[in-house]
Amino acid sequence: MRVSYQPLSFHVGARRKVTGGDVPVARELLGFLTTMLRAPSRIVTGFGCRLRALIAGVALAHAAVLAEAVPAGSAKEIVAEAVVTLDADRQRELVGSLADTDPEEAALWIGKWKEGEIYLFQDAEGNDVAVLLEGEPDSAEKYGIVSLASGKPVTAPDGTAARATKDELYLADTDSGLRKVMKGVTDRIALASPDLKKRLQAVQDTGLEQDPSKLVLLEQRLAVEEEGRVKKALAEAMAMIRLRAEDPVVRQTAVAELGEMGSIAAQGAIKTVRGEAEKAGQVSLVAACDKAQKDIESHISRVNTVGTLFRGLSLGSVLLVVAIGLAITFGLMGVINMAHGELIVVGAYTTYLIQNLFAAGIHMSPFGLKISIPGMNLSGGAWDCYFLVALPASFLMAAGVGLLLERGVIRFLYKRPLESLLATWGVSMVIQQLFRLVFGANNVQVESPAFLSGNWTVNDIVFGWNRVFVIAFAVLIVFLTWAVLNKTSLGLLIRAVMQNRGMAACMGVRTERVNMMTFAFGSGLAGLAGAFLSQIGNVGPNLGQNYIVDSFMTVVVGGVGNIMGTVISALGIGMADQSLQQILGNPVLGKILVLGAIILFLQWKPSGLFATRSRSLD
Amino acid sequence: MNTPLAGKAPTILLAAVALFLVVVMPSLNAAGVVSDFTLNTWGKYVCYAILAIAVDLLWGYTGLLSLGQALFFSLGGYMLGMHLMLMIGKLGAYKSDLPDFMVFLGLKELPDFWQPFYSFPFAVLMVLAVPGLLAGVFGYLAFRSRIKGVYFSILTQALTYGAALMFFRNDLMMGGNNGFTDFRTLLGADLRSPEIKRALYIASAITLMLVFIGCKWLTTSRFGLIQRAIRDSENRVLFSGYSAANFKLFVFVISAVIAGIGGALYVPQVGIINPSEMMTEKSLEAVVWVAVGGRGTLIGPVLGAIGVNYLKSWATTEYPDLWLIILGATFVIVVLFLPKGLVGVPAQIKAMIDRRKALKKDRADDLAAINPSPEAE
Repeated sequence: MRVSYQPLSFHVGARRKVTGGDVPVARELLGFLTTMLRAPSRIVTGFGCRLRALIAGVALAHAAVLAEAVPAGSAKEIVAEAVVTLDADRQRELVGSLADTDPEEAALWIGKWKEGEIYLFQDAEGNDVAVLLEGEPDSAEKYGIVSLASGKPVTAPDGTAARATKDELYLADTDSGLRKVMKGVTDRIALASPDLKKRLQAVQDTGLEQDPSKLVLLEQRLAVEEEGRVKKALAEAMAMIRLRAEDPVVRQTAVAELGEMGSIAAQGAIKTVRGEAEKAGQVSLVAACDKAQKDIESHISRVNTVGTLFRGLSLGSVLLVVAIGLAITFGLMGVINMAHGELIVVGAYTTYLIQNLFAAGIHMSPFGLKISIPGMNLSGGAWDCYFLVALPASFLMAAGVGLLLERGVIRFLYKRPLESLLATWGVSMVIQQLFRLVFGANNVQVESPAFLSGNWTVNDIVFGWNRVFVIAFAVLIVFLTWAVLNKTSLGLLIRAVMQNRGMAACMGVRTERVNMMTFAFGSGLAGLAGAFLSQIGNVGPNLGQNYIVDSFMTVVVGGVGNIMGTVISALGIGMADQSLQQILGNPVLGKILVLGAIILFLQWKPSGLFATRSRSLD
Repeated sequence: MNTPLAGKAPTILLAAVALFLVVVMPSLNAAGVVSDFTLNTWGKYVCYAILAIAVDLLWGYTGLLSLGQALFFSLGGYMLGMHLMLMIGKLGAYKSDLPDFMVFLGLKELPDFWQPFYSFPFAVLMVLAVPGLLAGVFGYLAFRSRIKGVYFSILTQALTYGAALMFFRNDLMMGGNNGFTDFRTLLGADLRSPEIKRALYIASAITLMLVFIGCKWLTTSRFGLIQRAIRDSENRVLFSGYSAANFKLFVFVISAVIAGIGGALYVPQVGIINPSEMMTEKSLEAVVWVAVGGRGTLIGPVLGAIGVNYLKSWATTEYPDLWLIILGATFVIVVLFLPKGLVGVPAQIKAMIDRRKALKKDRADDLAAINPSPEAE
């Protein structure tokens, strides 16, 4: 919902003495809140970012204040002049001319004016000068005063640097007419913003306002705009403004246009137009509205379908990444590793550790010990690289744990699969509890590097970068696995041992060693899955348990011993899950149905999609 | 492992355990030596022992490792729980005839499927029928398509998981996340009085004995022989003309019903049942009891269930952080080194000594062969 931009209702006259020191603070807050309200509604930007931008803005202002000479005709000078101009028309003209100056600067000073940071000071000659407060207040609540135009301290009548309390100064005020002009300038600036996202947002906002006076502004922009997406948004915004046109014919064409565009934003506005048209008895307009609404609805359902498929694909990829390690240890080796989930968690916590090592370090207190590891205190792009380090690290870490598990427990149980299930379950409990003791029972947060956050919108369909990454990562892992199994000598040995252990041993393959390597490889893949899950959710000791049933299902449905089967079954289960969620509108029910469907599916194909053919019994 | 314990010593041991559980514990409680709390805790152990026998009948005797027995256990509990919830009547927090959680969900009338649970016999029938039917349908599907070994385990795990997800939902009208609790009366008797608690304990202990005897009879009969044959070589059983699927289905259903009975006795004593009881971990825990006690015997699961839970009660208060590590490690050690559980330890030691002896004898023989003693010539 948009809130109309008239919240600064303190202003009564053109100038008013500020009564209390707290008002500007409140005003600043209000200004901040307004900025927040104007925050793009669809693209969620972090509060922190905004705060940082604000701080940066303030810092910039200080830097500007300290700068010495100001070139004539800059936004700052114009503002300084406009503030002291008494003639309202001249003032508006001046403010209007800001549109031709440096846009960022103009926006900055207009903002400061509106938010009440510019004051008026009477100099020795009795002329008003636009000033800014500088520095911290002294014991008498007095501030240093600098001229806005020159950036130099203002001298008092006695020749010393002037100081004043806020009460002694006049606040540079604005009236509604002036604010309208200001808004026009800021809108124009926003529409011309070099930042594509800001520009797009400004266009969309203007459209939603449906202010006929803005139509010219948009037309001007359309003439020079080069970016296709913005052009489209401009057309949409203009059509939305034309919904308010007097002439019903213009309205009707606008409605038809919006319908063709499948404008989701215009749904409400079209409804209003339809209501008015019905009252006025404009039959053809009503019909046009109905058609447009139908068009928009079908567009929405298309968007939803594609969105569901995309989410299904990404969920399928998650399943695939989680299950592929299991496809090796369970599918190829026949080991039921219930600790597979915990190997995933090993990878996730490794990512967490490395993230912290790249940042401020980490403190842990397992078993009453106090362990502090100092961090490298990196930030920005260098910190983002942590993920590239975390990927191989989590692979190696999980592979190491897997190796220990194989040597310590599993190698005694190759011939007793049911018991390997039980023993590894015991191991999983031990590992889980160790995680709780070392990292705490609560979830920890792993922050995604900048290149994984954000999203990409095509035709109203939002593709989150992390989901796109999920899919790409799954493709990469499948390729890696395929390459290891089919293109390396280790892969050759693995396949030989899995197909016929006795014969492989006779040919001189050290089967024990191959078992070890295979299990470590499968475990390492689980670790990679953990690094990857840490990017799309929180990391906690129970993380692995959430995926264990799903990943076993995926492998069983795919057909044991077949990587391709796992790929297809993961994608199939992911798609089915998301589609059912969309249809039923309930995630849990969808999941239950998928489980039921899997059980029934195994009736039909007991050994999964791709059964390994064999003549042997059992 | 293939033959049940024979001889007189185990019979005496069994009689002693039975006497202790059924007579000694409640008498001590009545005399004030054993606290009400302890007796109640033991009542819980006894119910767990019933569940353990159910697991063992499947796993130890038939070779089917089901990870769904906790589901059948809690289903039994839920069925009796429904009756108990209705018996609360207007004593609940909302002073309504409806169970509290339904008032909370904004229901005005009792759902139809709850109506018959006003009758105690019906609830008891359901305690037996619901787990049995579910096991029957699921088992029919699973065994018909020859799902066995680890696949059976994984599928039962999925079944349990799906069921738990379902029970977590409020619109199943089974109390959702919180399940059933705050029970008041059973057949008009106050569930919170020590006498009734003792009576419930005795009922559980007697049920355990009956289940034990029933299973003993079953496993030593011809049926038990086929059961074990299926475990050891299913294909041979098939080739001998037996329908292994039907036998397995029968055992699966019996086991589910036994688990359900255990759950029904468990709920009034513990006073709460919620979906977390039916998670896979609970099933696996029951498998731990059986493995620790000794599978393929009937006394093993009973001892295992009581022993492990006793250890759990102690460890969760003394070393709450380490309990899971202790449990997990115990399990790994038992699986690796004591495949026959605690009951099998004497036999294992005996086998070890025999092997030592045989080895020594062999070595002596070898030595004798290499260095023929001069006297022999």
